[in-house]
Amino acid sequence: MNVSDTKLALPLVALFVAFFIAPLLVLLALSLHGDVAMKTWTLANYAKFFSDSFSTSILVDTLLLGVKATLVCLVFGFPIAWLCARAGARWQSVLLFLVILPILTSVVVRTFSWIVILGRQGVLNQIAMGLGLVNEPLKLLYTETGVVMVLAQVQMPLMVLPILTVLSRMDPNLADASRVLGAGEWRTLWKVTLPLSIPGIIAGCILTYSASITAFVTQSLIGGARLIYMPLNIYQQAVGANNWPFAAAISIIFMIAVIAVVAVLSAIARRSETHARA
Amino acid sequence: MPARSAVQWDVLSIRLVFGVLSAVALVFLIAPTLIVLITSFTASQSLRFPPSGLSLRWYAALWDADQMQRAAWNSLVIAFWTTIISVVLGTAAALAIARGRSPLLRAADLLFMSPLLLPALAFGFAALIFVNKLGFTPNIPFLVLGHVIVCVPFVLRTTLASLSQLDPALLEASESLGGSSWMTFRRVILPLISSGVGAGAFLAFMASFDNVPVSLFLADERTEVLPIHLWQQIETNLDVRTAAASGLIVIATLILMLAAEKFAGLTRQMR
Repeated sequence: MNVSDTKLALPLVALFVAFFIAPLLVLLALSLHGDVAMKTWTLANYAKFFSDSFSTSILVDTLLLGVKATLVCLVFGFPIAWLCARAGARWQSVLLFLVILPILTSVVVRTFSWIVILGRQGVLNQIAMGLGLVNEPLKLLYTETGVVMVLAQVQMPLMVLPILTVLSRMDPNLADASRVLGAGEWRTLWKVTLPLSIPGIIAGCILTYSASITAFVTQSLIGGARLIYMPLNIYQQAVGANNWPFAAAISIIFMIAVIAVVAVLSAIARRSETHARA
Repeated sequence: MPARSAVQWDVLSIRLVFGVLSAVALVFLIAPTLIVLITSFTASQSLRFPPSGLSLRWYAALWDADQMQRAAWNSLVIAFWTTIISVVLGTAAALAIARGRSPLLRAADLLFMSPLLLPALAFGFAALIFVNKLGFTPNIPFLVLGHVIVCVPFVLRTTLASLSQLDPALLEASESLGGSSWMTFRRVILPLISSGVGAGAFLAFMASFDNVPVSLFLADERTEVLPIHLWQQIETNLDVRTAAASGLIVIATLILMLAAEKFAGLTRQMR
């Protein structure tokens, strides 16, 4: 390789330094000041956040929301990936197309259609009441259950694709060997397929988790005004209350929380990979 | 034989459980898109599903929705420029990252992917503060740059994936035959990675057209984009024109996806 190849990355590096790293540094600096003019340094914004139980509960709720949505994605996403990996080339394309479709359809449109589905007179309630399962309409819109459901639908492809990648790279002889040696399908799944797909599962979890907790449109439209998560909190402080330094501090806290979760998951993935190779 | 039926039950039960879970998931994945599409053809004033009658009246009503049309045009222009810049810078960077081994390039790769993981809304807000501190007000060029940051990872991923499948012998052959680096790129590399670049361009375009968290801070009244316009419509007065606009977006997405599948093998590229 020659030096000129490395230079090809320079324009993008320059753009990222000027318009990604620099803004984040300014955000960090502002969060450490009392006002937008940035005269005196202070930790007051952070103290305000952590001393207020309402603020900290928003942080905890948001991080837990991500866990719930990720688990739902995993329970339904793994079977889809498993089915995809075993399907013939044509069916695999069709299945993948159906899985990718939601992520490419505008998120506002998707969320909007969920409002039609989850509302008091929505499709789900019509079906549930028609079948006699419930006597009065279930409240789904503006509840956390509703938010988790919609997030799981919206982010599902991010879980399916990485799992499918590891499943289709897996040596089929391993599963065959397990079967020949007398292990049943379930045992093979638990002892061979699942452990070997951990890197894909964790990659999927990282993507769905970070996408779920930052999904501002879905959270605010399905959750409504009373269910507040971190992105809406930042938006309300920045635009509604016009308190930029505090909004900056909330943004930094949120980003550090996301990085911490991603770092823990990546560490697990690395350990399982070295474990699998050993 | 009892042993055999146990094995069959084993095979059957795993297929049943995975089949049912997948079926439920697929219904949940597809139903919203179908329902919004069908609802958009309703003849009535309300958003009930199933619609009481079918008509194209709400699509016709879009002709007069000036504000929505302006927002859609803004979104198209921004997505267009975002895609062009993302493809040029992203492909160049992918070439460097695919061939380089230096730790600096690894770090650059991580940096370029980080917008996918970090909260986009926090970046949007940071960009607003930054533009403000520089003494500017948000405008379209800043909006495009903000979109490039969050859209370029898609181009980078798909291009890197197709570069990793490239046979280095082809490059050596081209160079030993006296081809310059530009000629090797133009005649050998580009044709072989074009489907990866194409898929990445498609994903970047869709991501920009759909972006809310960055546009929320960098767009103003004049440069209002479609997703934000629709979002505000849904929050304030839920009218059926929103469903018709959604229906149009769904149809356009489907057509674009089928084209991307045909020309760039989209589903292969996304694995």
